[in-house]
Amino acid sequence: MTRVTPTKPLPATRRSGATAPCREAGGRRTKRGVNWHLALPLAVAAAAFLAAGSARSDAHSSIQAKIRYCEDCHGPQAQGFRGYYPIPRLAGQQPQYLKNQLRAFINRSRPNPIMSNVAHVLRPGMIDAIVGYFHRLNPRPIGGEPKRLVAAGKSIFENGVPQDNVAACAACHGPHATGRGEIPRLAGQLYPYVVKELTNFPKERGQNPVIHGPSFIMLPVAHSLTRSQIKAVAAYVSSLR
Amino acid sequence: MKLNTLKIAALAVIVSTAPALAGEFGNASVRNCTWCHGPSAQGYVPAPRLAGQRAQYIEHQLKSFARRKRDNPFSRMYMWYAAANLTPRAARNLASYFSSLHPEAANDGDGTLVGLGRTIYQRGLPQSNIPACVACHGPSAQGVREIPRLGGLSYTYLKSRLAQWSEGYDAGARFPMPHVASKLSAHQVAALASYLSFMK
Repeated sequence: MTRVTPTKPLPATRRSGATAPCREAGGRRTKRGVNWHLALPLAVAAAAFLAAGSARSDAHSSIQAKIRYCEDCHGPQAQGFRGYYPIPRLAGQQPQYLKNQLRAFINRSRPNPIMSNVAHVLRPGMIDAIVGYFHRLNPRPIGGEPKRLVAAGKSIFENGVPQDNVAACAACHGPHATGRGEIPRLAGQLYPYVVKELTNFPKERGQNPVIHGPSFIMLPVAHSLTRSQIKAVAAYVSSLR
Repeated sequence: MKLNTLKIAALAVIVSTAPALAGEFGNASVRNCTWCHGPSAQGYVPAPRLAGQRAQYIEHQLKSFARRKRDNPFSRMYMWYAAANLTPRAARNLASYFSSLHPEAANDGDGTLVGLGRTIYQRGLPQSNIPACVACHGPSAQGVREIPRLGGLSYTYLKSRLAQWSEGYDAGARFPMPHVASKLSAHQVAALASYLSFMK
């Protein structure tokens, strides 16, 4: 009978490409001499940095694309456009006012099916860049207002209509109708747009009884102005640079 | 004798208006247009319907043809020459005449695409930066001032027009159509054209 004796275990052999642990100083695992404890975190950090860089330029180009999309309706340099509906000038507009309007479109305190859709897809990170960009534009007013009404409009703008308890527009909108903070710039705004807003103010801006829109304060003013006063003041502000 | 005088007088009255009528359109006549655009100006492939189109839009296009700005293939082949000798006054009169005619819808689009077309037209695709056409062209695609009526134009005409802007034709066209049209895919163009072709 042959005695089977257990043989000594064979020494571990180093096959090429093996990841067998190699006892070196410090006992680190290595593969082909690379220190993965150090290299892997570095590689991840480098990849993240590169990704952030390209994400930044992606974000930048998508903001650019979004701005051009706004200008498709709001006109070259956001000067406004007389489409079937009068599409307002955004150039030079107060950033806080624009942000408030975008929020109002989303929560429907300002009902506008087209702009609700648009406002919904604006990421919060984009909004600051977009409103800041439009604030810095300054093209000429698009014009087209009836010139004969401008003088009467200037008087209403600067003095109000005291007998009807209408304050001077300049008191809040500024002597040059440039606005401030959440009070909008009116200078250079489209004549038919201003007429439409003032004429239909409750429907356009403040009728939602649950959520008062940010323009709620304008309701009594718009209510008290007569149609011809509205046209006059609209003609005046649309002529301002 | 009296009857003859009466007849001559009547004839004289009628004949005297003829030069005025001819003078209204200058040396052009409505017939020069309806050869291609159809007897009632409803369009005849590939010439689009003129009936019911915005007068100011027709006038602008005639000017654009005369100046060879609008350069898509059929414009180049036909309209450059058709519009070459129109005086501005004749162009204006022709435009106002055609705008007064009653338009018929072409109804030749793809019915399965109407839903997408309606969405793009009335709401746009904000995620894809495609504006809602309704903002400028109106809720029934009726247009206004120099912005054309699109409702009821033929499917093939609308498709080719939208495609041409992306292909670089008519680059001198008024803002914003070249930029807007360049964002539309072929499927979206077909959907829009279908929706519009059915619109009264």
